[in-house]
Amino acid sequence: MPVSLLLLIPLLPFVGFLINGLGFKRIPNSLAGILAVLAALGSFGLSLYTFSLFQAAGSQTVVVPVFDWISVGTLNIPFSFQIDQLSLLMLLIITGVGSLIHIYSVGYMSHDAGFGKFLAYLNLFLFFMLLLVLGSNYVMMFIGWEGVGLCSYLLIGFWNKNTSYNDAARKAFIMNRVGDLGFLLGIFAIIAAFGSVEFSEIFSKAQAFSVGDPVIVTITLLLFVGAMGKSAQIPLYTWLPDAMAGPTPVSALIHAATMVTAGIYMVIRSNILYSLAPATLEAVAIIGAATALLGASIGLLQNDIKKVLAYSTVSQLGYMFIALGVAAYSSSMFHVITHAFFKALLFLGAGSVIHAMSNEQDIRSMGGLRKHLPVTFLTFFIGTWAIAGLPPFAGFFSKDEILAHAFVHNKLLWGLGLLGSVMTSFYMFRLLFLTFFGEFRGTKEQAHHLHESPSSMTIPLIVLAILSAVGGFIGVPEALHGSNWLSAFMDPLFDGARKVNPEMFGPLGLSHSTEYMLMGISVAAALLAAIAAYVVYVQRQSRPAPESVERKGIEKLVYNKYYVDELYNAVFVRPVMVLSDIFWSFGEFVIDLFVEGYGAAVAFLSGRFRKLQTGFTGYYIFAMVLGIVLILFWNLVVRHHSLLKDLL
Amino acid sequence: MTPPDIPEVIKMVPLHYYLFLSTALFVIGIVGVLTRRNAIVIFMSVELMLNAVNLLLIAFSSYRSDPNAQVFVFFVMAVAAAEVAVGLAIIVMIYRNTRNTDIGFLKKLKW
Amino acid sequence: MLTLVLILIPLIASLLACFGGEKSAKTIGLAGSAAAFGATLYVWQKFDPAAGTQFAFRYPWLESMGISFSGGIDGISLLLVFLTTFLTPLIILSTFNRSYRNAPAFYALILFMEAALIGVFVASDAFLFYLFFEATLIPIYFLAAVWGGENRRPVTFKFFVYTMFGSLFMLVALIYLYFQTPGYHSSDIHAFYNLDLTAGQQSLVFLAFFLAFAIKMPVFPFHTWQPDTYVEAPTPATMLLSGIMLKMGVYGLIRFLLPIAPLGLDRWGGLVIVLSVIGIIYGSIIAIQQRDMKRLIAYSSFAHVGLMAAGVFTASANGLQGALIQSLAHGINVVGLFFVIEIIFTRAGSRYLSELGGITQRAPQLSVAFLVILLGSVALPLTNGFVGEFLLLSGVFQYNNWIGAVAGLSIILGAVYMLRLFQKSMFGQQSELTTGFSDLDATEKAVLLPLVVMVIWIGVYPNFFLKITEPAVNHILQVVATH
Repeated sequence: MPVSLLLLIPLLPFVGFLINGLGFKRIPNSLAGILAVLAALGSFGLSLYTFSLFQAAGSQTVVVPVFDWISVGTLNIPFSFQIDQLSLLMLLIITGVGSLIHIYSVGYMSHDAGFGKFLAYLNLFLFFMLLLVLGSNYVMMFIGWEGVGLCSYLLIGFWNKNTSYNDAARKAFIMNRVGDLGFLLGIFAIIAAFGSVEFSEIFSKAQAFSVGDPVIVTITLLLFVGAMGKSAQIPLYTWLPDAMAGPTPVSALIHAATMVTAGIYMVIRSNILYSLAPATLEAVAIIGAATALLGASIGLLQNDIKKVLAYSTVSQLGYMFIALGVAAYSSSMFHVITHAFFKALLFLGAGSVIHAMSNEQDIRSMGGLRKHLPVTFLTFFIGTWAIAGLPPFAGFFSKDEILAHAFVHNKLLWGLGLLGSVMTSFYMFRLLFLTFFGEFRGTKEQAHHLHESPSSMTIPLIVLAILSAVGGFIGVPEALHGSNWLSAFMDPLFDGARKVNPEMFGPLGLSHSTEYMLMGISVAAALLAAIAAYVVYVQRQSRPAPESVERKGIEKLVYNKYYVDELYNAVFVRPVMVLSDIFWSFGEFVIDLFVEGYGAAVAFLSGRFRKLQTGFTGYYIFAMVLGIVLILFWNLVVRHHSLLKDLL
Repeated sequence: MTPPDIPEVIKMVPLHYYLFLSTALFVIGIVGVLTRRNAIVIFMSVELMLNAVNLLLIAFSSYRSDPNAQVFVFFVMAVAAAEVAVGLAIIVMIYRNTRNTDIGFLKKLKW
Repeated sequence: MLTLVLILIPLIASLLACFGGEKSAKTIGLAGSAAAFGATLYVWQKFDPAAGTQFAFRYPWLESMGISFSGGIDGISLLLVFLTTFLTPLIILSTFNRSYRNAPAFYALILFMEAALIGVFVASDAFLFYLFFEATLIPIYFLAAVWGGENRRPVTFKFFVYTMFGSLFMLVALIYLYFQTPGYHSSDIHAFYNLDLTAGQQSLVFLAFFLAFAIKMPVFPFHTWQPDTYVEAPTPATMLLSGIMLKMGVYGLIRFLLPIAPLGLDRWGGLVIVLSVIGIIYGSIIAIQQRDMKRLIAYSSFAHVGLMAAGVFTASANGLQGALIQSLAHGINVVGLFFVIEIIFTRAGSRYLSELGGITQRAPQLSVAFLVILLGSVALPLTNGFVGEFLLLSGVFQYNNWIGAVAGLSIILGAVYMLRLFQKSMFGQQSELTTGFSDLDATEKAVLLPLVVMVIWIGVYPNFFLKITEPAVNHILQVVATH
């Protein structure tokens, strides 16, 4: 595989970033838009071409070194790319969905003063995200990892006059940094254990370890902390809902489709290490399930269209971690793919709504939009159907695959997953009905401006809607007479893991009838939830209470997001601030006391001794004579008293 | 009759008389330096002390027949002469500037 | 011989700058320091990393005492000389927009400082090293005491006495070592390396050296001179201090303390690493709440230096290489940050975060340069800060996992205070003071562009620099290991 070709994949968006970034305000908007979209599309084309080359070459993993980046002592960290099934899938998602969102952004941001800057940032994001998935070692992954964090920071705070947006951006960056520290320590532990950071070397050396080795458990736990930060899992998830402050395409690209799935990518990448550490996997599953439920439950009561989707993302990411936790790596990847389609679609649809509503995001002021925004409505509906896990759209296949694996692993886990999917279906249909059905509840002004979005925005919507509809067919289970192409495609990735821990990779062990039953249950549950939402919000026309109404009990708790932000504030932020004050006002004072103390002591003594220097000459002469007499006395009388005796 | 050698003459007086005399002279010098405030008187007192020492050096030199001490005396006299020249010049300069030679008055260096 | 030329160029320029007016002083300052940089590049190009100390010079000085005027360049020296000669022209250029009273003296002192700094990094005789080490204090003292802020007198006095106090311990240690050398005594650094000292002796020598360098860097708890001095000194002096001068401490640790007293390190290493790490956290936490931008950077610099010290004390390849590349990176970043603050201060008339805001709307170029340099200092990958922090943290982590984890908190805290700094000054609504803010002019661009380029260059291709220092670092580690 030619180096230059691979190099071009991330380099194209980077060049786009440089041109649009350096030429911002000098390059006309139309040209900037074309450049940015071309860069993304170019990468996509190259990714497709690479994919075909990879298939043609017999699906062999290829590592392409570019140059030696850091080498110290025995540690060598090359700047090199790795092409295999996993990175190719991620490449295609990132560049494919990324291109669509670039196109969408050209329409969405066309009236914004920072148009060129925005596209430059998006291109930069693509560059880092591609580095993340293309890197052939953990440090390369870390470059992308932090780089996308930076882009996320810049894009969340894109409208930087608004302080609360800036605060959200800062929160995202810092919370991600907490995870990054875990990742970094994980890398150090890997260096200590394997003496290398290259995937191929680590994974072949890892086969010598036994299952449950504490070193591996430590490494995987530390890496998982990194994944928690980036993929918004408990306890590091609170930044993601706040991140909705960014322009909507950003939420779609970064905070739904690509960046937040980096954690899943990392775990799948390290699948051999995780398979060696069942304890970690257990933790991953528990945290995933807890996050899935927590996110979904908060989503039930949110009234901001983007916040609902944000909590939904948190919850869906939880599902992916459940899949990882039961070692169903390819199912998790399946959900990453389908989620990228339908969540990007939903966010872009939300963007279209917000665009039409003159930047209104509260669903209590919407309603009845399906007449005014037919394309948006239809695509949003498909997205909702898909995320709710209803057949035959994409979400159904991926979610059911996860639930089936969870069922085999642990019935409770399956139950929790099912509960989550019921809630998902309810809040998504609630969102759909409140937004698009019933009477319009906004101001006259807004009603006047209602319009369908331009085609640069609707075309990506349509493409994504098609993908959400048919995307599931890459992984149709055998029970439904499918071949599950995805799982077969990804299979070679898990060869190593299968060798070290064969128990984890046995056949699913579910009869087809059980599978049918599981599907039936989850589809029925999701349908019931959808119907419930229909009854509540369309038939009975009930509306969420306005902000001013005091909520009670559990409702209040959930509505206020379980007060987690307040808790973190009290437990982490406040103490650090107080500590900072104490160190600054008191600590520095005490330390300085020692330093200044020496000076003060010298000054004090000199103040005393200077009294001896009266300035009177007679005084000095007297002191001198006295001194001479004393010395003589000492020498003659005390020391040499015999001499004195002789003299006398 | 040839005049006796100077050392012989010196030896005509017992040694401890010289000792007492030069001690007395020296103490007078010290007391002068300590008690007087006029710079010139102090100066003279210093000279007195130097001469007391010179006297003692000569006496010992004669009694021990050792000329080294006399060399020292010459040195002392030469240095004293130089010191008088410089010292008096300083005192005269001070007097010109301040119309005063009282050492109590000269305490500009006091911190 | 070339090495001597490196010292002489700024020294002669310094003499020349004394005569003539402000304009000629500025020209001579820039030309002289640029010539020194050119000479450094020439040396770099001729330099062979594998060949040990090169371009050596040696003249009898106090011949009967075995003390010579000698120096030479190995990889470690070259990197730090590069740092010095790269930054000095930029520091001089950064002053072109304003005029300091008594300018000839001002520029002469900066150039003299450069000469002395180069001398420190190339000296291979311990007493010559000491001479240059102390000689750097003279210009920086006058720069701070004459051209500093309102409260400069007591602050610079404290700085001077404090660092002098530390250096005297080093002098005592040097004299002691000198008398331990066999036969005709020698103060050549290699003679010191070959000494066979007992653990007890080494541990005392260690403490003496540690005190000197710990105050210079500074390491917790010897840092209280630093924030005040950085704030009160004029910005060029602050840049010299933080960008280059504190690297003398790092250099001293690597060149003297480790190879001469490795057994002392065995004894005290744990303690000093813990102290350094406490400094990292302590400095970072204080930086979070600072209102004065200069003071904020001062504390952040203190935190960064703590990590370098901890890395050096692990006596590992990662730690030493990390400390060296971080010295380079930190020098570049901190000079850039202080310059940005100087720009903001001269335009807006305030360094207080609460009085600023919204500058990015008025000065996008400034904010981009600021952001890049700031990212370098929060150690984002592909910027210069990452390489150093990665290597340093991995070194400390391998020394002790828990200490490494605590030191790692700095990457979180660093993001907290740096992003706060950026947000409060650059983002948000414009304040009264920033409404008339103008963007970078040509001179400012000429200063910031090389800095920004270096931030990224070192981050993208650190091996370029790591390869230069590697053999020299290995040599030091070998000396450490043979004891």
